Amino acid sequence: MPLAGGMTLVPALKLRLARPSHVVDIARLPELQGIEAGGGRVTVGAATTHAEVARSEAVRRAIPALAALAEGIGDPQVRNRGTLGGSVANNDPVADYPAAVLALDAAIETNRRTIPAAEFFVGMFATALAPGEIVLRVAFAVPHRAAYRKFAHPASGYAMAGVFVAEHRDGPRVAVTGAGPAVFRWREAEAALSSAFRAEALAGLEPDASGLNADIHASAEYRANLAGVMARRAAAAIE
Amino acid sequence: MTKVSMTVNGRPVALELEDRTLLADALRDALGLTGTHVGCDTSQCGCCTVHLDGRPVKSCTMLAAQADGRAVVTIEGLAGSEGPTGGDALHPVQQAFTECHALQCGFCTPGMIMAAAGLLAENPAPTEDEIVHALEGNLCRCTGYVNIVSAVKRAAGLMRG
Ligand SMILES: Cc1cc2nc3c(=O)[nH]c(=O)nc-3n(C[C@H](O)[C@H](O)[C@H](O)COP(=O)(O)OP(=O)(O)OC[C@H]3O[C@@H](n4cnc5c(N)ncnc54)[C@H](O)[C@@H]3O)c2cc1C
Ligand code: FES
Ligand code: FES
Repeated sequence: MPLAGGMTLVPALKLRLARPSHVVDIARLPELQGIEAGGGRVTVGAATTHAEVARSEAVRRAIPALAALAEGIGDPQVRNRGTLGGSVANNDPVADYPAAVLALDAAIETNRRTIPAAEFFVGMFATALAPGEIVLRVAFAVPHRAAYRKFAHPASGYAMAGVFVAEHRDGPRVAVTGAGPAVFRWREAEAALSSAFRAEALAGLEPDASGLNADIHASAEYRANLAGVMARRAAAAIE
Repeated sequence: MTKVSMTVNGRPVALELEDRTLLADALRDALGLTGTHVGCDTSQCGCCTVHLDGRPVKSCTMLAAQADGRAVVTIEGLAGSEGPTGGDALHPVQQAFTECHALQCGFCTPGMIMAAAGLLAENPAPTEDEIVHALEGNLCRCTGYVNIVSAVKRAAGLMRG
């Protein structure tokens, strides 16, 4: 099993939630390094840490919302180890990066093929990756403007609801993480923003609560409301 | 067993460890550097923070093998090496923690100091918000954080001279 930053896998090993026969450290493979901007895309190597994305001049210039998202993950120690590839491969329903991958229409390049964002996240902790398939890099489309807002759980810092709003040449994209079993596009909000790209256009909107997560932290209805609030805050930041 | 070679506090070390050994355990048990504390063992508290190639990381959430070929600095290596006058002088963050009474039981202190030193290496004049953001990975059950934040501000002043 590949090991990148280990911020998810090492705790899982300690709890015996993962019991691989072998662990292979892929974090220093040259194919997984580097950040490149050009041709309307920002391409980030899978082993790039959250701290490197947050600091990157290229990312800050082209997609400041992506740098800000990376800066809001966990804490400094986690950002110094955790990687983009590990985050998307893990597809934790409360992780931040999957929202950027969907809203920025990213392409996930692996050692075998290129997977469009729309086909990558298939369910809770589940992705389109085949066993042994390694994410090499993720190519994000550069939007006209974008913002991410999350309501972080006060103890864990993970999103109770996080919404990434982006305006592209072919229209707005809105992705919601933290609220459902996996990240999803919120089409109703996209339609509202395509008539007017303003927070007001989202007034009173929230995703359908049926199917959203309910646990000791929040009911599904509360998460639906939070998603509406986070979407309006994100839109207000860039309108 | 796994062979791990790394630099610890400026000294090259070569260890033969059980594969699953965590960096925190290698430092504490194999090298006797017990200044690195293990508070939670679940990646939450930051007591185990050390510098890996100059940046703060949680050593309880890394296999020792992941540090192969890297430079590790623990709380024991902070004084002198980076201190203003070299030798045995305390690092400015250590000095400021003493002067501002930024600890009570002291269990979180090595991790707090390593996290704060990591911040100041990148940002020599942090605002209060930036200090709080940089210490989000470190928990203290005693102080209420107020004196810790003051100490980091004071250390920034000491380091700017
Ligand atoms: C205290 C704490 C707070 C956190 N807070 C947040 C937060 O607020 N938001 C957030 O989004 N995340 C958070 N995380 C998770 C963190 O972002 C992880 O770094 C990330 O989810 C996993 O990345 P990693 O590089 O550490 O992966 P690893 O733990 O090394 O691996 C995770 C999984 O992905 C697989 N994998 C890794 N790299 C690849 C690859 N290139 N190709 C294929 N498979 C791969 C591994 O085999 C493993 O199954 C937090 C973690 C901790 C410990
Ligand atoms: S002991 Fe490592 S984070 Fe608590
Ligand atoms: S001084 Fe006791 S935990 Fe911080």
